[in-house]
Amino acid sequence: MKKQIISGTHEPFAHIIKREKMPWWKEWGVRLCAIALSLVVCAIVIKLVIGVPPTALFSKFADGLLGRMRADIPQNHQFWLTMGDTSILLLIALAITPAFKMRFWNIGAEGQVLIGSLASAWMMITIGKYVNAGGVFPRWLTLVVMLVVAMIAGAIWALLPAYFKNKWNTNETLFTLMMNYIAIQLTAYCCTEFWSKKNTSNNVGVINSEGKAMGYGWLPTPLKESFPKVSEWLIIIAVAVVFSLLIHIYLKYSKQGYELSVVGESENTARYVGINVPKVVLRTMIISGALCGLVGFLLVSGDQHSISTTIVDGRGFTAIMVSWISKFNPFAMAAVAFMFVFLEHGAAQIASVPLPNGQRLSGAEEFSSILTAIIIFFIIGCEFFINYKVVFRKFSKKGE
Amino acid sequence: MKKIISLLLLAVMMLSCFVACGNEEEKNDVLTIGLICLHDENSTYDLNFINAMKDAQKALGLEDSQIIYKYNIPEGAECTDAATDLVENYGCDIIFANSFGHETFLMEAAKKYPDVQFCHATGTMAHTSTDIVKNFHNAFASIYEGRYLAGIAAGMKLNEMIESGEITAEQAKMGYVGAFAYAEVKSGYTSFYLGAKSVCPTVTMDVKFTDSWYDENKEKEAALALIENDCVLISQHADSMGAPNACEQAGVPNVSYNGSTVAACPNTFIVSSRIDWSPYYQYVYNCVKENKEIAVDWCGGISEGSVVLTDINDKAAAEGTKEAIDAAIAEFKAGTLHVFDTKNFTVAGETITSFKADVDTDANYEADTEVVEDGIFYESKYRSAPYFTLDIDGINIIG
Repeated sequence: MKKQIISGTHEPFAHIIKREKMPWWKEWGVRLCAIALSLVVCAIVIKLVIGVPPTALFSKFADGLLGRMRADIPQNHQFWLTMGDTSILLLIALAITPAFKMRFWNIGAEGQVLIGSLASAWMMITIGKYVNAGGVFPRWLTLVVMLVVAMIAGAIWALLPAYFKNKWNTNETLFTLMMNYIAIQLTAYCCTEFWSKKNTSNNVGVINSEGKAMGYGWLPTPLKESFPKVSEWLIIIAVAVVFSLLIHIYLKYSKQGYELSVVGESENTARYVGINVPKVVLRTMIISGALCGLVGFLLVSGDQHSISTTIVDGRGFTAIMVSWISKFNPFAMAAVAFMFVFLEHGAAQIASVPLPNGQRLSGAEEFSSILTAIIIFFIIGCEFFINYKVVFRKFSKKGE
Repeated sequence: MKKIISLLLLAVMMLSCFVACGNEEEKNDVLTIGLICLHDENSTYDLNFINAMKDAQKALGLEDSQIIYKYNIPEGAECTDAATDLVENYGCDIIFANSFGHETFLMEAAKKYPDVQFCHATGTMAHTSTDIVKNFHNAFASIYEGRYLAGIAAGMKLNEMIESGEITAEQAKMGYVGAFAYAEVKSGYTSFYLGAKSVCPTVTMDVKFTDSWYDENKEKEAALALIENDCVLISQHADSMGAPNACEQAGVPNVSYNGSTVAACPNTFIVSSRIDWSPYYQYVYNCVKENKEIAVDWCGGISEGSVVLTDINDKAAAEGTKEAIDAAIAEFKAGTLHVFDTKNFTVAGETITSFKADVDTDANYEADTEVVEDGIFYESKYRSAPYFTLDIDGINIIG
């Protein structure tokens, strides 16, 4: 008995205490160390598991960003692909940030983007068919219709959980998650039932690639002559830049942005100061959803020119990480989104192209995911050391 | 402050990309080939394309650096991106893609790079889009003939089982694991069945679809369900090792596809039919080399070496299988044997006299071309990709 009491009051081997805010250079130092450490661990894993020089794999990884080095680097297709994908991921992260700042656990971005894509594609296909059948429809209006419908669809997909939350206090995490599956199944149904070639495939393929409707609903590619590689992504990148600024201003300087952060901090406080909480929840989710719908539109009109259940490709979930790691700061989000896309492209490069020695890994896809996971683990893990410190027991005499 | 740093970081990263330098690869008369695969070597379908490319490489005497493989490329804009990467960064002159769903995305790349030849296996759109994209081509093979030959091996095996008293003639039921109820699969299993029926008249067949081209578990489960359902021999048209492995486990003979699975299934593998893509690769390579036009829609057959059978596994195959197959091959070559001879099958009890296929794949999938002539359904004649979609008697689709 006595012994237990003693051990109960005994100082543990190590304990964790919250740190005071680190200076910024120290924070980034920790992060850089984490990345360096993760690369070391990756190198060890590569060496142990497949036994090729780790640098070979790392340079493959970097190819995912740059493509193979060429003299025309500023117009490198692979690089602008990375920037384009970064913009898409950033936009989704931006879209969900207001909701998260309000502590509304919207994990339905995947579904909201997908439903936006579906609505866009539906318009695109319908108008395309009409035009191919001899109808007249302005090109620009096609894009406008697609955009509006996509944003409405995304907004509805986000509005439903918010409405139910207000009305019956349903759990928004589950609700938004379920909405994802509904969106996926709906897309699968439309693709196989209405839009794919019967008897041959369940793949919709490129929409409006032939005939009179060729290019209908495709995002324009400005400056194609001077910057052919950039032009495909130019609008998407521009939209991402603009929305980074807008969301930053909205969250930081607008009354609505303030309201939603108060709701996020404490609903009771919000109510006490006279904020109409249900209204803020609804409004924020509509904005969130509509923005997701916009991304869906961009994916269909600017990137894929097609529709499938995998068009969002999990980015609705990755965006949650992007948003949180960046602590809801739009500019940090840009950097984090870039990092995630870089990792993903690097991993895809390892999975898709043989090693420099011509050897090819079996299970390359899985292996590259392991590498990405190691890096992400370190990056997320280091946040712990930025916020907390581990204090070890001082060496002291045993017992009494 | 943090913002500034993150912006700076981003700027540095971007700058480093601009500054990075390299050498423009010199264009010379060395041709480079790119191959875009849906999956990787773990899929029997993709492995078949990859192995054929290696054969072609040997036959043409190409360096390793002249062939660039791209694995795990989904049927989406990723395919366009992969093709772009192959052209831009690897300087490919010829690009092959192996999955049906790649087609429209590869076509987009073909529009972007008119000087590069794009060859798409199993597709249907090249012959209807010739005026738009001249550098886009389709190819397939009359694999239904290979399936028919494999079917003969299956029928021989059933006969052996009947003779040995293992099963009665009425119990001669085969099982078939199909991916989707698409023409390619239907044409395949129907010709397989007709091949078996040509030697074992009492045979019937159950077909089960997995709704996926590659799903090892589903294919395994489907095979086991068929075996449970009294099927005494299994064949498949799906791309994983699911069905062959299930057969080996259950000790049920298996007629495989895409290539030999004898290494994994030494006791149950009988034979496999496959498309050998090597002749097509070589044909295209030589066309480009000699500045000749590539056929818009190429269909290889037995005589081109495009439709082949693997070695027969004597441990599982019935005696006399090789002789029976060789005899049929001779007939195919002589043009006296037609797989879809309407004398040999009925649909709902009737012999068919006419069938219209949607050969031009218009938007509404309207059937446009009569493909039955002189009592023969001519598969792959009006288009290399299959269009046989009839449900014939004796084959029972169980979902």
